[in-house]
Amino acid sequence: MRNAFADELTKLGNADARVVMLSGDIGNRLFDKFKTAHPSRFLNCGVAEQNMMGVAAGMAMSGLRPVAYTITPFITSRCLEQIRTDACYHELPVTIVAVGAGLSYAGLGPTHHACEDVAFLRAIPNMVVVCPGDAWEVRGTLRAAFKQDKPIYIRMGKKGEPVIHKEVPPDFAIGKAITVQDGEDVCLLSSGNMLPEAIEAAHRLKEKRVSACVVSFHTVKPLDELCLAEAFGMFKLVATIEEHTLLGGFGSAVAEWVVDKAVKTEAFLRFGTPDLFFKKSGEQEYAREELGLTGHQIADRVLKALG
Amino acid sequence: MNVAVRDAPPDARALKEQAAQLRGKIIEMSHAAQAAHLASSLSCCDIVAAIYWGVLNIDPRKPKDELRDRFILSKGHAAAALYAALAFKGFFPIAELDTYCKDGGKLAEHPPANLLPGIEAATGSLGHGLPIGCGMALSGRIKGQTFRVYALLSDGENNEGSVWEAAMFAAAQKLENVCVIVDYNKWQATARSNETLMLAPLADKWRAFGWDSVETDGHDVGRLAVLMQNVPNGSGKPVAIIAHTIKGKGVSFMEDDNNWHYRAPTADEVVEAHKELGLI
Repeated sequence: MRNAFADELTKLGNADARVVMLSGDIGNRLFDKFKTAHPSRFLNCGVAEQNMMGVAAGMAMSGLRPVAYTITPFITSRCLEQIRTDACYHELPVTIVAVGAGLSYAGLGPTHHACEDVAFLRAIPNMVVVCPGDAWEVRGTLRAAFKQDKPIYIRMGKKGEPVIHKEVPPDFAIGKAITVQDGEDVCLLSSGNMLPEAIEAAHRLKEKRVSACVVSFHTVKPLDELCLAEAFGMFKLVATIEEHTLLGGFGSAVAEWVVDKAVKTEAFLRFGTPDLFFKKSGEQEYAREELGLTGHQIADRVLKALG
Repeated sequence: MNVAVRDAPPDARALKEQAAQLRGKIIEMSHAAQAAHLASSLSCCDIVAAIYWGVLNIDPRKPKDELRDRFILSKGHAAAALYAALAFKGFFPIAELDTYCKDGGKLAEHPPANLLPGIEAATGSLGHGLPIGCGMALSGRIKGQTFRVYALLSDGENNEGSVWEAAMFAAAQKLENVCVIVDYNKWQATARSNETLMLAPLADKWRAFGWDSVETDGHDVGRLAVLMQNVPNGSGKPVAIIAHTIKGKGVSFMEDDNNWHYRAPTADEVVEAHKELGLI
């Protein structure tokens, strides 16, 4: 996803002189094209994320369209107050791009895990929260981000994830979920980098003669309520899937919606990380397996719930 | 834009009179609202008077002019001083000051975002103004504009790590049109500043962080105006003015008494204060 981000940003930066890239001392060589084309609009802000976010806000106040980028915990919880007060309270078009969603950097340990960021950021007024499902969705989100006048948080995986779409979905819009494959029995609502696992789960379910619809529910705020109404109205089981704690993330947002709208649910499952720091070494696949988040584990739990 | 003010030699007497007017108004506001932070506001009135009436290229009829100088009250708890200055400058009616801290008003205890013209940034949480100011200055550089950015910080605010992140950033980026003024009144909310976190030697600290740093009497309006007018000063560095001030300045029974960080004056005390300020 991050290569798509750098490439798309360069294109957008070529077309729009207001686009400024702020990096928290990461992305060695990743932004070379942008830097070469627009040296005055690329700033390495160092390992100083509070300042970086304030600088982004000051630029947005002065008519620029800054993008602030670094590893997820450092661009979210490290500078949460600057996001809240400087960007969101002032309602500024600051684009916050995080790399390393959830357990993407599992091997680096809990300092680099990011399983609480969606909960933090979706609680802030004026904030838009988007978790793209693949590289094409990253591009679509970035294009849409520069067309709105609000703060936005874009939560990316890392690099080399499976590419699901063949292009930016033609009707891609922030707040509009995308049906990746149709199904009849259950609906898997996947947010962010779990999309390949959701597709794998659907594949496994098909082997057991359960037809699963898979939705890339990239925007956690604002929720696509129409999509939710359809999902809970049409399917005998709905599941939310995310690489994020079950406290306060996408699944929580859907649960809140279900309660607030008094929606009748036949079966509603939430897949996410538990309320703990995952301290063992190992890469993302291992961590997902340990935490019950692989495609086959998702399929097994769905089958069990169906009885 | 009124460019003339940039080079005009400051009229120290007029600035002093303006500072007294600000103090008188702020004391009235504090009494009417029974609002805190009076002493913090009084300590920076000379700085605020010097910058608004002697330095900034601003036009209340064009508060969003892209080329205007920016002033950020990073010590947002001195909002009363900012409100009074903006009203006196004509950014909004002076009568608006009567709504300070009242239910449903626009003048909260800390400056709000996007409610009133002239307020560049909503502050109140310390350590935010300078990073924002650096972003503004960089946007000027990117667009080829030469406006200046001033951020007024409290001494207690220098406790915040984000201030020093921004200090190193501004120095690395050579943001020579950025100026910090520290209202160094030696008190923070509940204790002496240097007994809380060691700021001293504060001017040396800013110098060590790559700034052109100068100390001054923070109540000498003429010198303050000259120092702030002289930004950028040719050093190629951002400028830090360490302004030695007295908390509660201008009213003998408030000066250097930290109870006035939170206390609001009675009606009798307002009269007494106005007498001392030569307003009645």
